[in-house]
Amino acid sequence: MIPELGHFALALAIAFAVAQAILPLWGAHRGDVRLMQAAPALALGQLIGLTASFACLVWVSVTDDFSVQNIAENSHTLKPLLYKITGAWGSHEGSILFWCLILSICGGAVALFGGPLPASLRARVIGVLGFTALGFELFTLIESNPFTRLWPPPLDGRDMNPLLQDPGLASHPPILYLGYVGFAIPFAFAVAALLEGRIDAAWGRWVRPWTLAAWCCLTAGIALGSWWSYYVLGWGGYWFWDPVENASLLPWLTGTALLHSAIVVEKREALKTWTVLLAIGTFALSLSGTFLVRSGILNSVHSFANDPARGVFILGLLALIIGGSLLIFAIRAPTLGNSGLFSAISREGALVLNNILLCSIAAVVLTGTLYPLFADLLLDMKISVGPPFFQATVLPLAAPVFGAMAVAPMLSWKRASLGPALVRLWWVALVALAVGMFASLGMKAVPALAMGAAAWMILGALAEIVERIRLFRVPLGNSVARLFALKLSTFGTTLGHAGLGVTVAGLAGMSMTVEQVLLVRPGETVQVAGYDWHLAGMSDAKGSNYNARVATIEVSQDGVPIATLSPERRAFTTQTMTTTEAKISTNFVRDLYAVLGEERDGAAVLRLHMNPLAPWIWLGALVMALGGLCSLADRRLRVAAPKRAASAEALSRP
Amino acid sequence: MTRKNRRLILVLGCVIGLGSATVLVFQAFRSTGELFIVPSKIATNAPKADRNFRLGGMVEAGSLQRFQDANRPAVRFRVSDGVASVSVEYVGILPDLFREGQGVVTLGKLRPDGSFAAQEVLAKHDENYMPPDMADELKKTGWKPEQGSPPAAALWNAAKANTSSLQTSPGKIGG
Repeated sequence: MIPELGHFALALAIAFAVAQAILPLWGAHRGDVRLMQAAPALALGQLIGLTASFACLVWVSVTDDFSVQNIAENSHTLKPLLYKITGAWGSHEGSILFWCLILSICGGAVALFGGPLPASLRARVIGVLGFTALGFELFTLIESNPFTRLWPPPLDGRDMNPLLQDPGLASHPPILYLGYVGFAIPFAFAVAALLEGRIDAAWGRWVRPWTLAAWCCLTAGIALGSWWSYYVLGWGGYWFWDPVENASLLPWLTGTALLHSAIVVEKREALKTWTVLLAIGTFALSLSGTFLVRSGILNSVHSFANDPARGVFILGLLALIIGGSLLIFAIRAPTLGNSGLFSAISREGALVLNNILLCSIAAVVLTGTLYPLFADLLLDMKISVGPPFFQATVLPLAAPVFGAMAVAPMLSWKRASLGPALVRLWWVALVALAVGMFASLGMKAVPALAMGAAAWMILGALAEIVERIRLFRVPLGNSVARLFALKLSTFGTTLGHAGLGVTVAGLAGMSMTVEQVLLVRPGETVQVAGYDWHLAGMSDAKGSNYNARVATIEVSQDGVPIATLSPERRAFTTQTMTTTEAKISTNFVRDLYAVLGEERDGAAVLRLHMNPLAPWIWLGALVMALGGLCSLADRRLRVAAPKRAASAEALSRP
Repeated sequence: MTRKNRRLILVLGCVIGLGSATVLVFQAFRSTGELFIVPSKIATNAPKADRNFRLGGMVEAGSLQRFQDANRPAVRFRVSDGVASVSVEYVGILPDLFREGQGVVTLGKLRPDGSFAAQEVLAKHDENYMPPDMADELKKTGWKPEQGSPPAAALWNAAKANTSSLQTSPGKIGG
C-alpha cells in the first residue's frame, strides 16, 4: 500500500503545482492580494506532497518491496542498508522524483524566507517555480513513475550497479542536484522581474544569496563527483571531459558569471538585462544538462540511468520552459531600462571581462560536447571529441581569467586606473614568477606556468586582505584589529579566488603524475617514482554481496615504511560484475595510489601511481565552496534588514 | 566616457572573446577530433598514421592473449565487426567490463603492419551495453538489432571449449 500512498502524494503535489502555477501569477497580474498571498501555502503544500512521496519511495526501497518495478530493477536483499536508502535516488525514476523534490524545496524556501519581498514579486517567483515544477512532476507521473507495480514480483531484485555502491556516490547526487536545481530560483526571479518590468538593486540583493547557495552546492557536487571517479573508477583520472561532466561544468561556468554580474546589478544597477539573460541561460543549461544526459541523447560513460524513449517528452518540456522564458525576455527586456555608466577600466569593467571569458569557455565546452551529435546528424560522421580538444580550447581562455582575477578586486567602481593596482601586487608577481621558475625545473612548460598562475591567484587573493588591513604599514595590533573588523564577504571573495588557485595548482601537479603497470609476484619489490612497493601477499575477503581478492602492498622510501595499501578486486555475486577498489595513501602533497588488476600465473598485475598535489584539486573546490558560504553568511545579516533597503529604494524612485 | 563609447567597448570585448573562442575551436577540431571507425572501414577511411582514432567492434571470442612487454602486462585481442577484424595490442589493465564477445571501443593509432596500438580501452559500465555508434556501424555491416543484442559473453565463450583457460568465469576476467 505504501507505493500507492507515494503515488497518491505525487498526484497531490501536482494538484498543488497546478494551483501554484496559475493563481499567484494571475493574482499578481490583476493585483489581487488574496491570490498573491495564497502562493506560499501552495508552495508548501507541494513540498509536503513530494516529501511524502519520496519518503514512500525510500521506505519501499528499504523494505525490499520487489513488486515495485523500480526497486526490482535496482535493488537486492543483500544490498547494504545505506545503499538501499541512496538507491532511492540512484535509479532513473527515483532521480527524477528527487529532482522534483529539490525544486519544491526551492519553492518552499522562497515561501518561508521570502516574507520581506514585495508581495507581487514573491507571488510571481513562486508561480514561475510552480510552473516549472508542474512540467517535471507530470513527466514523473506519466512517463517515469517510480511506483509502477510489477506482476508477478520477482523473488529478488537485479541489484544496483556495484560502482554506484559507494559512500561518495551516496552524497554526490543530492548535493549536485541542489546546485543544478538551485539555479531555478535565480531563473524564477529573472522571469518574475521580466513580468514585473522592473529590476533594481533590491532585486540583485535578493538574487545573489540564492545564486551563491546554488553555486556552493554545485561546486561541492562537481568536486565530489570528480573525487568519486578518482578513487572508485580506479583509472587514476579525475576528469574525463565526458558529456555528463561537461553538463555539470556548463551551469557552473555561467553560474559563476551570474554570481559576478549580480554584484554589478546590486552595487551599481548596471548590466541588468545581461544578468537576467544569464540567470535564464544558467538554468537552461542545468535543465538540458540533466535531461539530455538522462534521456540518453548524449551518450556517456557516466549515464547509469537513461532511457531514450522518454526523450521526446523531455525535449518538449525543455523547449517550452527555455523557449518560453526567452520569449518573455525578448518581449520584456527592453522595458528594464538603461543602466549606470562605467569606464572600461573599473571594477564593473573587470566583472564584464570575467563574464565574457567565462561565457566564452562555456560556449567552447558546449560546442565540444554537442559537436559529435551534430556531426552524426548533419555530416554522418562519427567523431569523438576528447580531452585534447578541451585542453586546447579551455586553457587559452582560462589563462586571462587567472591573470585578471588578482587585479580585479583592487580596482575601484566606476573608474579606476590599472597602475596603482598593479603596483600593489608587485610582491605577488615576484613570488609567482619565482614559483613558476622553480616549477619549470621539474615540470613541462604548461604545468610550470600553471603553478605560477596558481601562486599568483592565491597570493593575489590574500593581497586583497593585506591591503585592507594595511599590514606592515600600520602597527601590527592595528592591523589585527582591522582584520577582525572586515566583513565576512571580503573573506568570501578571497577564499573563492584562492580556492581556484589551489585547484589549479592541484591540476598542474596532477599532470606530472607517474604511473606504471607492472607484473609483480608476491614477495617481490618494485620501484616506481622513487618509492619501493613491496607486494607482501594476496588474500581473499568476503563482503555482504561480493567476494574480494586483496593485495597487501607495503610502500617504503629508503627503507622507511610509509604506508600499507590494500587494493581489492571485488566480484559481485548478483550482477556478475567485477570492480576494482583503488587504495590511496595521501599526505596532502602527493597521493600514492594502487590498483589491483587480474592475476596471471601467480603474479598480480598492479598499477601504481604517484600523483603529486592530487588532493589539492578537491581541497581547492572545498575552499571555493567555503568562500561562497562566507559570503552567504554575511549576506544573511544584510538581507535580514531589507526594510531599510526597501525604504532607500522608495526614496530613490521619484 | 559616453554611453556610445562604452557600448562600443563592450561589443568589441565580446567580439574578441567569442572570436578567439571560435578560432580555438576550429583549430582544435582540426587537430584533435577522433574519428570512430569499425574494422571493415579501416582500408577506406583510416586517417593519417600519426592521428589517433577510435576503433570499435566486438572482441572476438577466444582471441584474447596475454603476454609481457618488458615487465609490463600486455594483451592482444581481435576486434571484429563481422566483416573484417583487426589485431589490437594494449599495455595496461583492461577495464572491469572488458569481455570477449562484447563491444569495445579502443583509442589509438594504426601501426604500419596493420595492427592497432591502443592507448586506451574503453568499456562501458553496463554488461549489455552497446555503444550507439557501434550499433549503427554494425547495422551497416549486416548485424541486425532486431535479432536482439549479441549473445552474452558467457554463452559466446562456452561455444569454444579451449578458451576456458583464459576465462574461468565472467566475473574474473578483465582488469
